[in-house]
Amino acid sequence: MTRIIGHRFLPLLITCALFLLLWGIGAARFDGFGSARVFFNLFTDNAFLAITAIGMTFVILSGGIDLSVGAVVALTGIACAILIDGHGWHPLQAFTLILGGAAVFGAAMGALIHFYRLQPFIVTLAGMFFARGLAVTISENSIPINHPFYRAVSSFGILLPGGGRIGSATLILAAVLVVAIIVAHYTRFGNHVYALGGDQVSAALIGVPVARTTIAIYTLSAVLAALAGIVFSFYTFSGYALAAIGMELDAIAAVVIGGTLISGGRGYLLGTVVGVLIGGVIQSYIIFDGTLNSWWTKIAIGALLLAFIALQKALTLLRGGERAE
Amino acid sequence: MIARLRVVLAKPAAWPCLALLLVLLVNWAITPGFFELEFRDGRFYGTLIDVLKRGAPVALLAIGMSLVIATGGIDLSVGAVMAIAGAVCASMIGAGIENTALIVAGGLAVGVFAGAINGALVGGLRLQPIVATLVLMVAGRGIAQLIAGGRIITFRHEGFAALGVGSRFGLPIPILLTALVFLGVYLLTRRTALGLFIEAVGCNPRACRFLGIRVGGVKAVTYIVAGFCSALAGIIVTADIQGADANNIGLWLELDAILAVVLGGASLAGGRFSIALSVVGVLIIQSLTTGIIMSGVPPRYNLLIRASAILLVLLVQTPQLRGQIARITGRRGGGGGRSGVPRAGTEKGPAGRGAAASGTGVERAGVRPAGEGAS
Repeated sequence: MTRIIGHRFLPLLITCALFLLLWGIGAARFDGFGSARVFFNLFTDNAFLAITAIGMTFVILSGGIDLSVGAVVALTGIACAILIDGHGWHPLQAFTLILGGAAVFGAAMGALIHFYRLQPFIVTLAGMFFARGLAVTISENSIPINHPFYRAVSSFGILLPGGGRIGSATLILAAVLVVAIIVAHYTRFGNHVYALGGDQVSAALIGVPVARTTIAIYTLSAVLAALAGIVFSFYTFSGYALAAIGMELDAIAAVVIGGTLISGGRGYLLGTVVGVLIGGVIQSYIIFDGTLNSWWTKIAIGALLLAFIALQKALTLLRGGERAE
Repeated sequence: MIARLRVVLAKPAAWPCLALLLVLLVNWAITPGFFELEFRDGRFYGTLIDVLKRGAPVALLAIGMSLVIATGGIDLSVGAVMAIAGAVCASMIGAGIENTALIVAGGLAVGVFAGAINGALVGGLRLQPIVATLVLMVAGRGIAQLIAGGRIITFRHEGFAALGVGSRFGLPIPILLTALVFLGVYLLTRRTALGLFIEAVGCNPRACRFLGIRVGGVKAVTYIVAGFCSALAGIIVTADIQGADANNIGLWLELDAILAVVLGGASLAGGRFSIALSVVGVLIIQSLTTGIIMSGVPPRYNLLIRASAILLVLLVQTPQLRGQIARITGRRGGGGGRSGVPRAGTEKGPAGRGAAASGTGVERAGVRPAGEGAS
């Protein structure tokens, strides 16, 4: 019993089990819910959120938080639209500039957090206002993107038996996930992230380069948010300054439901992606049902959040490893 | 004279007040009529009154938030609680209840209940405040829509609407209500031991437990006060627009409230708090917003200006930046670089310089083309 409770994969397994359970309930109730098409559409529809949430996982693992990601997604979309449609840039040129800009933006937030000892919550909140403000300043209207490259990327897909289709967004997500898992578990940087979240003072004492790691974490989060914005623009074929409002909360919720400890130091990237899929399944369920209103999504996700943090607490208590308050 | 100025600037209240003064002066420079007050039809009119009235709901949130943050917590659910309270009041009116006191009591009771849930999660189950209140933030708007039946409920009720649009003693009722709550919470925290307990819990919860203070209970009380304040803010906004829009009432106001508390000089790590300085923080945000609108600049620049102004106000309060400025200007007493703790002795020199820097910064932010739609 103790071995089961103490197992470090337990929260991840519970998240996966919950996903399968919800999926099973949907498949039992509705025709077609269990099809490969609906399953792979979960990835297509939520790829941008999952990519953002992967970045958020690194931030939360290190004990921080990043509220700016939704605004970065919107800013990326509007910047893509202006550069490609307004200035005639090739999308790849635009992406390079945007990802570079996002890296500078994230590094600046990380530097403010580390060197001026400002709280991540407030710095990234100011970052959110800044990115959203910049997006609104560029254009208040939704701008369409018409470019052969976009059509090519969007129509690309690997058809699977059973009507499933793996689109480019899903492939990008898979690549990001694989690289992120390698970075988190098989590189020194990954170890430093976990160490920072465990205990920053101890981490500094055993020689973790706190400044470099903090700046790198927020840079990574901003770059992934920008990449998510690009994927989102493939999905919508437009850029809009008020898109993805409140998305940072969805990302944080997915990270928590995915089994990552909000205080940092413990959690897995795969769990985060499953956490995003759980949100997607709930939305699909509500669409299939047709009589339920969309606000039930919010209530259900709130209830799941509560269940998961209570579970985390219970597991920590049962392990007996709880730090005294 | 300069020595005395340095002593004043070393006080925690100096910086937020200075920032507010600067924002007001810049507003006055751009819009000469900013400070004009007019007495007409038995009440005051003027931009300052407008700032106070529009700032009232956020000020209420910030008062509750100050206590929560002082215990080392955070309450993300205040905006959602505003929506729930508004939906409850509007539904009660829709159900034919005439008695204003009863309607208000219903809304406030829901707010206190929501606060008690947060308090139980944080104080009782000892969950992380940021996720514990995120639950209600996410689910709360869903619940509000459930109560309102997914519609925007509009109503006609003179007595209730007066809470948002009416006036008494020459002042709008929202301002009076906020002042009343301010006074109540001030007395509660400064004339009883509660304020001391809250600060003690924020500084060192472990030591508090050894002293016999019920840490969970103290935390729960702060969330309940925050719930009460949010419900009242929701009632004021609902009464003001005479309708309950579950999707939009209080949307993102939790961020403004947290920002106001931090602008007032409080640390999110907990410890000392001042509800007066939090209200000063609200007034900084609101004067900035109103000033931008009045200057006639396109509202889309508002967020950029707000972000720069916030960062400047926060940065000049950090000992690190003051140390750097001192080093650059070649004055002694710098080097507070990494300490993270303001040292009274060495900070005085750089503090004077910091004032100059913050002044020009905020001024620049205000003079630049600016404006915001939301307020």
